[in-house]
Amino acid sequence: MSMINYASREINCKIVYYGPGLGGKTTNLEHVYGKVQPDTRGKLISLATETERTLFFDFLPVDLGTIRGFKTRFHLYTVPGQVYYNASRKLILKGVDGIVFVGDSQVERMEANQEAMQNLYDNMAEYGYDLTTMPFLIQYNKRDLPNAASIRELQAALNPGWEVSDPARMRPLPDPTHPGEQLIEQLPTGEWIERAPYLEAVAVSGEGVFETLKAVSKLVLKSLA
Amino acid sequence: MSPPVSAASWSFTEDDFGAITKALERFLADCNARCALIVDRTGQLVATVGQRPDFDPTAFATLTAADFSANDQLAKLIGENDFNSLFHQGEKESMYLADVARRVILVVLFDSRTTLGLVRIKMRQTVVELTQLFEIVFSRGGSADAVPNILAGADDEIDKLFQ
Repeated sequence: MSMINYASREINCKIVYYGPGLGGKTTNLEHVYGKVQPDTRGKLISLATETERTLFFDFLPVDLGTIRGFKTRFHLYTVPGQVYYNASRKLILKGVDGIVFVGDSQVERMEANQEAMQNLYDNMAEYGYDLTTMPFLIQYNKRDLPNAASIRELQAALNPGWEVSDPARMRPLPDPTHPGEQLIEQLPTGEWIERAPYLEAVAVSGEGVFETLKAVSKLVLKSLA
Repeated sequence: MSPPVSAASWSFTEDDFGAITKALERFLADCNARCALIVDRTGQLVATVGQRPDFDPTAFATLTAADFSANDQLAKLIGENDFNSLFHQGEKESMYLADVARRVILVVLFDSRTTLGLVRIKMRQTVVELTQLFEIVFSRGGSADAVPNILAGADDEIDKLFQ
């Protein structure tokens, strides 16, 4: 739920980084915090356990520039990835404008990824939100690890696509960031499907972190335009 | 069952802001509290009135919303619909939080210059007043007829911002 404040001339949007435990959600925020100009960001709030596992959420507000004289403020949140914390994870989704699913590319984490994705769909549905119609993208993190699964495998497991029901949208939509790939396409069975855009990242070194933030912010602003 | 905490888009105008601010200023004067904040349930700070807080208000708003949401869930676990107000007592500073129209939270910071009893009584009246104001704002929603969509047709500008 974006908030437009005409008095302070601000557009406030909420972006949530979701995904399995130890997948790099907090690392994404920490990198953003470390790299943006201090005057364009607020405090990084972390409600974490003593072992630095996210207990409730991390929070970082960042300003990404001005549009039509309105300052665009993005409130970035992470959720606790551990299965155990679902009650608090669900709370963070309240009023979300855009979602980044941070997937762990390691082959061994495939099941955890799928569980987290299912949990995301379930929690969103409980709020009455439809993930397929809102700004949503997937970041495949830890691409540098030797045990990283291929993008094809990750896409098949986590982003197989949802059915397009609106006839007006039944036309091929090329993926602007991956030449030769389609965001909307017709399967050989005749069915039209749409996939969430994806990006690759190595959050620990910052690779792909800003690209992800920019991509999701743009989707959010365009959804308001 | 109480209505769900809705997440539909909403926006308020300078007139709304003026009316909300006026109600809060009156409330602060009546109960001698230091500062009042309005935070929406998603953690966005809507308004601050009174003595300027010397902490980061954005972080404060986020934690307030999280605090309220966590307590809501605790209420449900013990068979209550919600806790419509919360009180946190400190040695010098205390805060009182109250739900307004299921969508925003009124937070009042006060010290020993007033008492919890007075704050609570005055807060009750203010919550009624704010509920009426916010219900008008929410009933209007984020609809384009009421408030022009400032981002309409701004696609090029958005593209430029992220080049």
